Formats: sequence, C-alpha cells, structure tokens
Amino acid sequence: MLEITPLHYSLLSAALFMIGVIGVLVRRNVIIIFMSIELILNAVNINLIALSDQLQDLAGQVFVVFVIAVAAAEAAVGLGIIIAFYRNKETVNIDEIQIMRW
Amino acid sequence: MPAGFTAADFYYLLPELLLTGGALLVLVVDLLFPRREEATLGMTLLTLAVTGAAVVGFTGVDTTISAGLLAVDGFATFFKVIVIVSALLTVLMSPSYLRVEAVRAGEYYFLILCATLGMLFMASGIDLITLFIGLETMAISFYILAGYLKPNQRSNEASVKYFLLGAFSLGILLYGMSLFYGATGTTSLGGMAEALAGGERSLMLSLALVLLVAGMGFKIAAVPFHMWAPDVYEGAPTPVTAYLSVGSKAASFAMILRIFIEGLPSLVADWQLLFWVLAAVTMTVGNIAAITQSNIKRMLAYSSIAHAGYILIGVVAATERGVAAALVYLWVYVFMQLGAFAVVAMLRRQDVIGDELKDLSGLYLRKPFAAVAMLIFMLSLGGIPPTAGFMGKLWLFGAAIESGFVWLAVIFVVNSVISLYYYYRVIVFMWLKDETAGSDIVISPAMATALVIAVVGSLLFGVYPQVLFDHAQIAADMFGSAVSTAALR
Repeated sequence: MLEITPLHYSLLSAALFMIGVIGVLVRRNVIIIFMSIELILNAVNINLIALSDQLQDLAGQVFVVFVIAVAAAEAAVGLGIIIAFYRNKETVNIDEIQIMRW
Repeated sequence: MPAGFTAADFYYLLPELLLTGGALLVLVVDLLFPRREEATLGMTLLTLAVTGAAVVGFTGVDTTISAGLLAVDGFATFFKVIVIVSALLTVLMSPSYLRVEAVRAGEYYFLILCATLGMLFMASGIDLITLFIGLETMAISFYILAGYLKPNQRSNEASVKYFLLGAFSLGILLYGMSLFYGATGTTSLGGMAEALAGGERSLMLSLALVLLVAGMGFKIAAVPFHMWAPDVYEGAPTPVTAYLSVGSKAASFAMILRIFIEGLPSLVADWQLLFWVLAAVTMTVGNIAAITQSNIKRMLAYSSIAHAGYILIGVVAATERGVAAALVYLWVYVFMQLGAFAVVAMLRRQDVIGDELKDLSGLYLRKPFAAVAMLIFMLSLGGIPPTAGFMGKLWLFGAAIESGFVWLAVIFVVNSVISLYYYYRVIVFMWLKDETAGSDIVISPAMATALVIAVVGSLLFGVYPQVLFDHAQIAADMFGSAVSTAALR
C-alpha cells in the first residue's frame, strides 16, 4: 500500500498551480480567470500545509490562515469590480476589454 | 521565538496605529459632515502629518518588534517618510480633480490612507507573512481606487486589468514564498539567510527564486511583467495613478531590497543575474515605448517603467552604495513624478479630459507658473543638472561602476539620452504650440501647494543633495553585514 507523504501533497499543489496558471492564460471569461487565480492561491495553501507538516513547524499554517483571509477580501473586492465592469459593458469577456491599446 | 506582544511593541507601532485611527476618523467625519469636503480633506492631512511626525520621531532607532515580524530601523524610517510625503502630495492634488469628476471624497481619502498603511508595513516587514499582508493591504486599496470613477469605462477597465494581473502575480509570488518556506523551514528573512548560509542549491530553491523575482517584477512593472501598467495608469483617476506610480513602486522596492539583500544574500550571484537582465530590458523597452505615446499619462507610465529599470541598478549592485543609490533615486523620484502628475491632474476640467499631449499646448501663455513647474519636472526626470533627478542618476551610475557593472552603466546612460527626446517633446508643446480650446485652467490652493512642494523638492536635492546622501547612507548601513558576507563568497 502506497503511503501518502507530504511530497505527494506538494506534487498535487504543483499540479493545481499549473492548472491555475494555464487557466489564467487561456480562458477568456473574467469570472473563470478569477476562479483560476483562486486555484493558484489554494495550491499555495496546500503546499504550505504539506511543508508545515514535513518540517513540523507552525509558521506555514499561520501563513495559510492569512492567505485565506486575503483571498476572501480579494474575492469581495474583485467581484465588486467585475460587477461595475459588467454594468457598463454588459459582458465579462476579456476580449472586450480593449478601449486602451498602444 | 518568544510569542506575544509587549507594551514596547505598541509604542514602536505608533505611526501605524495613528494612521489606522486617523483613517477610521476620516470615515466618521465624512459621515458627520457629508457636504463638507474640506472637513475630510483636513482630517486626512492631519492624519498624515501626525503619522509623519511619529515616523520621524523614531529616527535613529534600530530594533525589531512583535516577535521578529517587524523592524523599526533607518531603512524602514526612510521608506516610511517617502511613502507619507507621496501620500501627502497625492491628497493635495486630489480635491479639485474629485470635484470635476463629481465623486464622493470620503471613501477615496480612506482608501488612500489604507494603501499608505499597507506601504508602511511593507517598509518595516522582515517576515514573509508581514510583507505579504502589507502588500495586499496596499494592492486591494489600489484595485478599488483604480476603478473609483464607476460610470467611466476607462476607469472600469483599469480596475479589472489591475485586479486580474495583480491577483495573478500575487499567486505567483506566494507560490515562490511557499517554496522558500519549504527550502529554509522559516518565514523570517533573518532565519532564511541563516538557513541558506551554507550555500546549498536545489531545484526547489531556483524555482522559488524565479517565481519570487517574477512576482515582484509585476509589482514594480518591470519588463516583461509590465503589460498592466500603461493601461492601468491611463484609466485610473490621475491622482491615483500618481500615487500608484510613486508610493506603490517605492514600497515594492523596499520589499525587494529587504527580501533579496537581507533574506537571500547567499543567492546573490543568481538574483543579480536575473535583475541585471530585468533592469537592462526594462529601461530599454520603457523608454522606446514612451517615445511613441501621444497620451501624457501613458507616456509617464512608460517613463515610470523605465525609471523602475534605473532603480533596479541599485538592487543589482547589491552593495551598501547600491542600496543608498536606490534610496536616493526613489526619494527624488517622488517629487518629479508626483509633480508631473499634479500638472496633468490640473489640466482636467469640466470640458477637457486633459491627458493628451496636445492638451498641454500653449500652457506657458495660460499658466506660466504651471508650465515652469512642468519644465523642472521634465528636466529632473530626464536627469539634467541642477535638478534632483541628475543627482539620483549620478549615484546610480557610481554604484553600478563601483560594483563592476560597466555594461549596465552604459545601457543606463544610453537610455537616459533616449528619454530626453520625449521629455523635451512635452516642453515643446508647452512653449511652442498654439493654445487649444477649453475652459480656463484653475489652480486650487491645495494644488498650488503640491506643485510648490514638488518644485522645491526637485530643485533643493539637486543643488544641496548632501542631507539626502547622508540619510540614505545611514538607512543603507543596516545592510552592511548582510552584503559584505555575500560579497565574500
């Protein structure tokens, strides 16, 4: 029987991180991009907890609590911004964000 | 590590506590006197003045507080003064702009103060967790401020772009931090330096370094992580753009210097190389892109990208001299950049958006004082003596040569010459072009104060820079030990 070690969690976190980054780069819907960013933040959380367990050190778990709090604040502000954008443009497609180009 | 707060911690946290209290009082004042904008403005200025006095009161202190989470030292004090002065100038240029845009002032000033609070923590944090909290306090306030003009589509766009890219870069930065935590077993910068002192390398460490550099590169808008900056700077309300390009940049540089020089001195060869490339590419791309712009805010955005490249030279040098040069440059940058944005904010009238280069036409005939002020800011940004910008460039150049980065110094000088082209173009528009239509330009007393402070700052530190050099040297001294151990390797 394979034992699940902190390393496996770190690998899971790396995979989630990659999925998140690819999501941000290829998706065109602002909400889905935002969800991909949340995925990255959760990858960070899993990594921190796994490392905290491996190192037998509490700082990593404290870090996670702060990351969760900040992610919540960001979600509140971010969704507000997206709603303000939607009211003006009636779309959440990133390709429509194009008034300013150089 | 001893846990818990002591009474001394609260004493040393006085500036931050005063700022937090003042920010909350601004909201209360706004609620009590909803039609009296002077009341909120006065409360904001008072808060900043009191906080500034408290910060200056800690000059010469060198201690760590809150169980090693924050440092109150010369370096932190230097950056706190930079941040508070730029907040003060930003607030002074805001009232007339807000009146034209017809938006409420209360929350605006509250958010400016919140961003300032985050920057104070970025200046004094010596632990990854504190630095991250400071960074986010600042960034979230700026996401809202960038989109403060809700019915304005450009402001909306700026906000959405800044939010998405800011949050994305935060994710990258945090992943890098988590890997560093894994490699060193601690989040404290001092602990990280100790754990890495043996000079061991691993794949995890290299990956962490790259992610950290990329994440911080986003925050200072270094090429190739700069795509958000021109759009956000153009769309955001002008005073917010000004604060974003000065305050946020200064605080991010404080964080970079802390993390890399204090926390990772043993990896100096690796991050020096990364920052060398970033600095060279950033100044070149920033300056060349600025040449083609017809919108002043966008031009200043690219110019600010180029300036981030210049300041990175101080980081690359990684000596006491280099750190001092970066500090000197960030200080003089406050006056010239905020001054230039103050003039742009002044051009905003009921019938003119005022952010196109042609809106400056004939400014000398209309408002000679503003035109002369803008001339001084442009010369200073271009680095012409006897302005402060020249002294800043001189120090960066000296630091690069001293550390043996001759090619970087050459690229720096070539770029300074390129940049003169678009700074002079602004002067040409102000003096040689005919006046354009539009209602009269009004300079409010607050705006005039901001312009005078910026002009005095841009000239004073060019003519008499010794005070500034001394202070920057003292602030950089704290890095002495960390840097010399790295240099020995």
